[in-house]
Amino acid sequence: MAYPFDFSSLDRRNLEILGEGMALSLEITGVAVVIGIGWGTLLATMRLSSRRPLRWLAAGYVNLFRAIPLVMVLLWFFLVVPRLLQRTLHLPADTDLRLVSALVAFSLFEAAYYSEIIRAGIQAVPKGQLAASLALGMTYGQSMRLVILPQALRHMLPLLLTQAIVLFQDTSLVYVSALADFFGQAYGIGERDGRIVELLLFAGATYLVMCVIASRMVQRLARRVGR
Amino acid sequence: MSYHWHWGVFLEQAARNRTYLDWLCSGAWITLALGLVSWTIALGLGTVLGVLRTLPSRFWSGLAVGYVDLFRSVPLLVQLFIWYFVLPELLPHGDTIKQLPPWLQQAGAAVLCLGTFTAARVCEQVRSGIAALPRDLENAGLALGLTRAETYRHVLLPVSFRLLVPPLTSELLNVFKNSAVASTIGLLDLAAQGRQLLDYTAQPYESFIAVTLLYLAINVAVMLLMRWVEQRWRIPGYIGGK
Repeated sequence: MAYPFDFSSLDRRNLEILGEGMALSLEITGVAVVIGIGWGTLLATMRLSSRRPLRWLAAGYVNLFRAIPLVMVLLWFFLVVPRLLQRTLHLPADTDLRLVSALVAFSLFEAAYYSEIIRAGIQAVPKGQLAASLALGMTYGQSMRLVILPQALRHMLPLLLTQAIVLFQDTSLVYVSALADFFGQAYGIGERDGRIVELLLFAGATYLVMCVIASRMVQRLARRVGR
Repeated sequence: MSYHWHWGVFLEQAARNRTYLDWLCSGAWITLALGLVSWTIALGLGTVLGVLRTLPSRFWSGLAVGYVDLFRSVPLLVQLFIWYFVLPELLPHGDTIKQLPPWLQQAGAAVLCLGTFTAARVCEQVRSGIAALPRDLENAGLALGLTRAETYRHVLLPVSFRLLVPPLTSELLNVFKNSAVASTIGLLDLAAQGRQLLDYTAQPYESFIAVTLLYLAINVAVMLLMRWVEQRWRIPGYIGGK
């Protein structure tokens, strides 16, 4: 028996709701990419630093976050950390900390992955570049900022963008906190209207189209940068 | 801030004859089983797809490319929900599936989802492993009169798999981490037990620290195992082989 498809749930009003959900998904992605790259760059330079405690600290952070499932990290931030914040800051019980928790959790988690990409990018720059900058009288900070990082960034740009696509897909996991991102809204509408099949397929197709287009663009960029 | 630490909570009774520690252990076993079964599917399917991807035939390599694009561009959670909620509705024998015990439906959806998702990633690794081999290997195999299938079976795959141990290790670690997603459809894996412990014991830190440590333990165990495999299998003379 063929399934009787009925896409009438995708009317104007629900599409607007879905649009709001998508805006939230993109917001979480954007914030986590920016903070993740910033904090990740710091972690990467710490890992390459000559000071042992800094190196160990950064390595510990990165390895810890890379060893636990993202779902667990999100649950920590949704279920445990807010209680702590609420108790220590004496916040009223009705403060909605879910979005803040999500932003913090994704940023901290992604920073671990970004720092590995950035570390590899920095290490791929020939050693002579640093030696040459130092010989020209630049300080270590100047040579990093003006010579090493710009070259490293050029090489790792495709990887950073690919990671952003992965992150965009992972934002659907805020489902565990009932935060209404694109996927959460789609599932919610489907459940309400008894049209889970249609809404889940629609959500999947939307992610598919967006991510395939984005990764094709990254591939093209990678080919340009590769030369 | 005063938090009342109480690690003894794990020895308390959760239900008839079962302590909270038993819950935790059963969650860990489910996560392990889920990961291993999914990994078996992923390795098998991923290898086939990876081989297809390197074949000269446009059709077969295009098929593998399409598969990888599809499974890498839809979020894992959405894929899981489609396996669990959508497929039983669309398949001709969906009603039989829906009459199975719930845990079996959940486990089946989770294993198929994780297996097919990871297969896309294994496919890319296998493809790059085969592509990284010197072209002469394939030519030599064919010149010796082996068929293409025999060349893959006896020459290309054995060599590339020995070189692929490190990247496949990280995919194996990913399977165990990704398996936590299965808790969203009600499978009582480690992550789900963590939530349940928190609800029942009201000791959030003890519950979550224990679960996190178990995930770390699985991670470390897999890494040590794979390091041993790599040392046994490494090919002398290659850079990775030192």
